[in-house]
Amino acid sequence: MQFDPFVIPFNIGLYFILIYAVVRSIIWFRDLSRPDKLRLQRGFFGKAFGQSLKEIFLESLIHRKILRTNPRLGYMHMSLAFGWFLLILFGTIEADIFGEKHLNPPYKAIFFKFFNPEHGITGFEAAYAFLMDLILLFILSGLFLAVIKRFTPKVVGMKKSTKLKSLDKLALTSLWLIFPARLIAESLTSGEYSTGSFLTGSIGSWLATFLPAGELAYPFWWLYSLSLGTFFILLPVTRYLHIPAELFLIFMRNSGIRTGDKAGSYSEIQAHSCSSCGICIDQCQMNFSAGINNIQPAYLIKAIRGNEDTSEIAMNCLMCGRCDQKCPVGIEISAVRMIQRREVYSGPEFRNTWKGYFRLRNGDHTPKPNGHHVYDYLPEVAAAEKTDILYFAGCMTHLTPAVSRSMVKILDASGLKWSFLDKDGGACCGRPLMLAGNDREARELINHTSELIWKSGAHTLVTSCPICYKVFRESYYLDIEVLHHTQFIKNLIDEDLVRMNFLHKRVAYHTPCELGRGTQVYNEPKDVIRHVAILEETGYEDENSLCCGGSLGNIKISYRDRQKIAVDAAARLTSRNPEILITSCPLCKKTLSAATPTKVADISEIVAEAVIIPKTEKTSLKHSLPVAEAVNIF
Amino acid sequence: MMAGNVVVVGGGVAGMEVAGQLARSGCMVTLIEKESFTGGHVREWHHLFPDRRNSREVTDYLDRQIDHDNITLMAGTTIARMEYGKKVFTVDTDNGTSLSADAVVVATGFDLFRSERKEEYGYGIYDNVITSADLEAMFRNGAIKRTDGTTPEKIGIVHCVGSRDEKAGNIYCSKLCCITAVKQAMELKEHISDAKVYCFYMDMRMGGALYEETYRESQEKYGINFIRGKVSEVGETIDHKLIVKVEDTLVGRPLRMELDMIVLMAGMEMSKGGVKMAQIFGLKTGENRFFAAADHHYGSNASNVEALFLAGSCTAPMNITETISHARAAAAEVINYLRKAER
Repeated sequence: MQFDPFVIPFNIGLYFILIYAVVRSIIWFRDLSRPDKLRLQRGFFGKAFGQSLKEIFLESLIHRKILRTNPRLGYMHMSLAFGWFLLILFGTIEADIFGEKHLNPPYKAIFFKFFNPEHGITGFEAAYAFLMDLILLFILSGLFLAVIKRFTPKVVGMKKSTKLKSLDKLALTSLWLIFPARLIAESLTSGEYSTGSFLTGSIGSWLATFLPAGELAYPFWWLYSLSLGTFFILLPVTRYLHIPAELFLIFMRNSGIRTGDKAGSYSEIQAHSCSSCGICIDQCQMNFSAGINNIQPAYLIKAIRGNEDTSEIAMNCLMCGRCDQKCPVGIEISAVRMIQRREVYSGPEFRNTWKGYFRLRNGDHTPKPNGHHVYDYLPEVAAAEKTDILYFAGCMTHLTPAVSRSMVKILDASGLKWSFLDKDGGACCGRPLMLAGNDREARELINHTSELIWKSGAHTLVTSCPICYKVFRESYYLDIEVLHHTQFIKNLIDEDLVRMNFLHKRVAYHTPCELGRGTQVYNEPKDVIRHVAILEETGYEDENSLCCGGSLGNIKISYRDRQKIAVDAAARLTSRNPEILITSCPLCKKTLSAATPTKVADISEIVAEAVIIPKTEKTSLKHSLPVAEAVNIF
Repeated sequence: MMAGNVVVVGGGVAGMEVAGQLARSGCMVTLIEKESFTGGHVREWHHLFPDRRNSREVTDYLDRQIDHDNITLMAGTTIARMEYGKKVFTVDTDNGTSLSADAVVVATGFDLFRSERKEEYGYGIYDNVITSADLEAMFRNGAIKRTDGTTPEKIGIVHCVGSRDEKAGNIYCSKLCCITAVKQAMELKEHISDAKVYCFYMDMRMGGALYEETYRESQEKYGINFIRGKVSEVGETIDHKLIVKVEDTLVGRPLRMELDMIVLMAGMEMSKGGVKMAQIFGLKTGENRFFAAADHHYGSNASNVEALFLAGSCTAPMNITETISHARAAAAEVINYLRKAER
């Protein structure tokens, strides 16, 4: 039995982390809801398992997504993760083949050179040693980049690296020490025995010319073991927990588990899976347009993990979802943030104790209805005249009457039987309250508006506001078709219910967050625009679209900072000088038109301008409103 | 007698007064005005607060001020380029003239806030939503009519349109709209004696000479209704009546009111011409986008550029009295500067 006391720190660390992983996964599994437990079980024995292995290889080891967004940063992550994995894999094989016996304890693979200093002379052994040196060099090159990134983030193409807390710094130091310590320890031992390949061998023989290699090697083997042990023990309380947590995340996601609206194992695993890579910071307009850089997902998650008060950070976000698109780990950032927002009103679901080693479930915090209604002054919903199409403008559209007027004109031109649900103003759809974390109050408004919709007997609900559209689709229980007006107009065109002139205007289209990333309506608006005008690109298409800055999702930001975001967004969107900047959200329209000299209009306005009014009335329209004049704005 | 060439940019109240004062002190003045006529916004106003005299009396005075041999008026002209070296400005106009000046006075005034930008008030969308400037034109024509030719019976006046409004990008108070609203409300009552006039205000800022007296008169003698609350939105009924939604903050209740006509008190903004001058001359502007004077208290005519002076409402919202005073102070600054340079 080969043994030396220096392997003890490594062994303590390794067995600690293994036990921790088992205990933690049991706790996480126990906290899952019953359906999620079933999903995980089914996933474990089904197709999800294979998918997960593939994803773990591509994302946790190769870091494909980071490579795509930022090759240098990706290489850094890949060399450390994949390189380390290869080192362990080939090290274990090496120990198994060349060691004194098969099936060794793990430390034999890690400290192989110490126990087999004369290995690596014969042909096959030398080739294997060459491979091991190559892997070590691969890791060290990544480490070199990581050190540079820490001090000058620009080198790896990042504007800003994440700030660290003290335990993270300690863990980072031990991580940084691991591979240089191994390099020196191996080199010195190789120097003493004249073994080793191109890296450790050459450095070793050079060091041995002026240093007592044999005596010096031993303290470096200690350092190597100590830094490994320290790193493993610190791992659960530092950001490096992301390494094992991401594996769980991938399994759970592939098994069909989603964040939902309450804190639980999955949202916690997501929080722990964040590697603080900082890609979200570079994506965030609050950062690059308004210079606010302490609220981005990486910092929110850091605060969640540190059991800090997150209410400020959680609320100070536009909820535009740009970060969701780019997170290389695939964390559902906006959903996690929404959970934190709700906790401001309901209290945290879990209590972390002693720096996150233990987690206790708090008492039941689900708010109970106390019989008090916030909106009891809303009028009773009376029975309405039956209609086919129900148009709901929404409160933001009431602030942009050009939009609702255009829709009235288009609806009348279609000849369909329709009515204007909130002609004289209605109740709010509830989404602004939800975004602020007041779900219970929002539910009252949702119930009220739902009743209005049910009683109309309509088969289609059309809204002009993407904010309303999202909440109608996701949080209302409606058994009728819900369309944003861009989709509705697209249908009218496809079914030949409206005809339009071509306007010969060069226009650009801004995809609103709530309609694009929020509800995946990307193509219908552009198809409609192509029917009436010449559509040009903005450079910020689809998933990469910008937030106008007016977002209802942020109730913390100052108007001045909002204005900075709006002006910057408007400037980027109009950089190719379109005649009109078109959007499909009344809030975007209002915000952008105050931020640019370029004409800003809603899609409905150009359609209304282009629409040909049929000469004969198709149906009796006694319920509908007469259109005063054509909306002539261009 | 002191000599010196001065270019005055802007032929409104401030520019005309500066030009007149300088000419009388012996300077050779070139007055540049982008429009074909001088007098600026006052030319378009009918009666002036607080005494409701005809604006013609003021424009006649200003016309007399610039009727001087030392003044060359270049109307319909703008400045295209500028160079400054050896204490001399070389100013090129858009029609190819090159002027040389020892000093420049910028008096580019203000633009009215474009009320279309507050889309929720429906200017340009609903008929019968007009601005204070549109109403002055109606006063001058002598008839207050809705677009369908009928006489409005219930009229609403909305204060602070584009002023004290962070969302419109202007957090400052335009200072003149309160008293203009009071003046126009009284005049509306004089035109249509049985009309009901409602003013929707946030605060009544009656800080000028005779303002408070006028405000009191409007309530006591004219029965104007003042409702404290900012209008949130304007809608239209089937029969083309306008509906305002507002919270009466003194009663603490939301209010919906049907009106025949709405007058928007458009605020004052840095003029487009001023923005251009800021670029050409390298002038500093403040948070409110108006020119930033060198000192708030004793240097309100001086700019960050040597030999370049500011006059009138291009530095902040001002009424005519203040504008004329500010212009005279600018003239004094120019004369002092030229005297010093002579020595």
